[in-house]
Amino acid sequence: MNKTVNQKAWFFVIPVFVLVAFNAIIPLMTVVNYAFQETFGNNVFMWEGTRWFKQIMLSERFHASLGRQFLFTFIILFIQIPLGIAIALTMPKEGIGVPICLVLMSMPLLIPWNVVGAMWNIFALPDIGFLGHSLNALGFDYNFTQQIGDAWFTTILMDVWHWTSLVVLLSYAGLRSIQPAYYQAAEIDGASRWAIFTKIELPKMKKVLTIAILLRFMDSFMIYTEPFVLTGGGPGNATAFLSIDLVKMALGQFDLGPAAAMSLIYFFIVLLVCWVFYTLMMRNEEKS
Amino acid sequence: MSLELKNVEKKIGLDTHIYPTNLKLEKNTINILLGSTLAGKTTLMQIMAGLDKPTSGEIWFNNENVTGMKVQKRNVSMVYQQFINYPNLTVYDNIASPLKITGVSSDETKKRVGKVAELLKLSGMLNKKPNELSGGQQQRTALARALVKDSDLILLDEPLANLDFKLREELREELPKLFENRDCIVVYATTEPSEALLLGGNTATLQEGKIIQYGKTLDTYNKPNSLVSAQVFSDPPMNIAKIKKSGDQCSFLQNDIQWKTNLNIKDGEYKIGIRPHNITTYKEGNNTLEIKGKVLISEISGSESLIHFTNGNLNWVSLSNGVFQKNVGDEMNLYMNTDEFVYFDQNERLVSNG
Repeated sequence: MNKTVNQKAWFFVIPVFVLVAFNAIIPLMTVVNYAFQETFGNNVFMWEGTRWFKQIMLSERFHASLGRQFLFTFIILFIQIPLGIAIALTMPKEGIGVPICLVLMSMPLLIPWNVVGAMWNIFALPDIGFLGHSLNALGFDYNFTQQIGDAWFTTILMDVWHWTSLVVLLSYAGLRSIQPAYYQAAEIDGASRWAIFTKIELPKMKKVLTIAILLRFMDSFMIYTEPFVLTGGGPGNATAFLSIDLVKMALGQFDLGPAAAMSLIYFFIVLLVCWVFYTLMMRNEEKS
Repeated sequence: MSLELKNVEKKIGLDTHIYPTNLKLEKNTINILLGSTLAGKTTLMQIMAGLDKPTSGEIWFNNENVTGMKVQKRNVSMVYQQFINYPNLTVYDNIASPLKITGVSSDETKKRVGKVAELLKLSGMLNKKPNELSGGQQQRTALARALVKDSDLILLDEPLANLDFKLREELREELPKLFENRDCIVVYATTEPSEALLLGGNTATLQEGKIIQYGKTLDTYNKPNSLVSAQVFSDPPMNIAKIKKSGDQCSFLQNDIQWKTNLNIKDGEYKIGIRPHNITTYKEGNNTLEIKGKVLISEISGSESLIHFTNGNLNWVSLSNGVFQKNVGDEMNLYMNTDEFVYFDQNERLVSNG
């Protein structure tokens, strides 16, 4: 087939290119610029090469916050994905219950991040918060502002509360798209409930679950506002996840070079993990 | 072995999906449920299988009341319009799945899967996953799953509907062979009259949740008990016209074309049904009625030509062998085979076949 050559088609591409340039490429390049130089005031820069990258890669502080970040993300994925699937499986499939459940499920997703943080902060305060006070009244020594375990527990609980719904909604959509004939065929075969789950529902939900895990990984790996409002990264540095640490470094200490280098490393970790995970999940799927 | 529906009725809320139905299916027969979409074919099949309970009435299998018995205990298999296979199992494991649960030994499983895979031309792809197969092969896998266990009842719900034309033709020809020498009752739902004729056996015509007629496929086709049954079992749709009879003379109400009949029925008004292939551009049969037509639409379907034409206030559809194109507005002679006219009374019941 002969393709028509028409250079005017570039006019369709250029506006998008300009938009993306202003909201993504230029800011990113600014960060790249900072990452390779020492920044003084008055637009005075000094070339530093890969010094900041080496410094960050060898920094114990970075290792610690990266470790906390991975641990946090792993825990919340480990809780939210199975819990989300389980809730989706128990949700009604028809009738008035469907819209009610869907609306109730969406509620946490509609609340702004900082409000979630503030809500949980008040909710968990050991003296006046409902959760904190109740736990203490039940005899638990609970204080998330002072005890590391309690701070982690509260942060994880908050994230589970805020985001499990997303997994539920995606899983529910995946489940609803399975044709009833699959269940009938399994019934005719005499398949057990577990076999239906592992042989039909899970494989059929594979794509939406891949998306759910990717979204939850990215979001939780970049979590900032909620723990910032809830614990401020404390007690000490116990809940200072990567982004909180990054902001401290960039805006607290004004170490622009190391902070920029850290942002880039941070960005590449997210990109790499997502790419590896997606490629692995999709390698057996149809090419079409 | 027989499957009997006794006064089976299915209602969902206020909607009646199946009106009280009596039907007896005998052993070693292919039974076709023929009807348009929403005629109740699927519902009826699900009731037969035990996947769905009738609102009232009973299902008897081998002189045993199996109403409400769970499908797992019924030894049935079913093939759907969609290609239903376990997505992450290989073709082999998919075919073997019904055997695994019933505890057939692995040697026996291997033998039976091998045999049925060969029958369905799947031998070369036993290690593939369903999504690596073409639609036709996926449906062959689903058919193999249904055939591998010796079910008493095999239900096929429009199994060819989602296949493209070539594959459908290919599989359609193989189907009757697959059910040969099997000790079971086959029920096959379809919307296509030609499929029913090809499969033979018995046919039940369905419309709006009612079985209109049940009998040998050819009998049902040749002697429709009513206009509805004739219409369900006619593709392209039957031509219908009002006529009046007096003595041995018949004529259309809308015009004065006349023909003779030797039907022994009383004089009065009737309706007749004429299948499109009984109106042709050439004479066929001993008693033909020549009419002049003005072409409305002319279309070619396979090796046949469809001509829609108008004559004396009536529109007709004719189907002739051969491929030819007519221009809109052309005048031409067409011939109706009066021996093949089907006469219905005012209540649209069959009076007699001419």
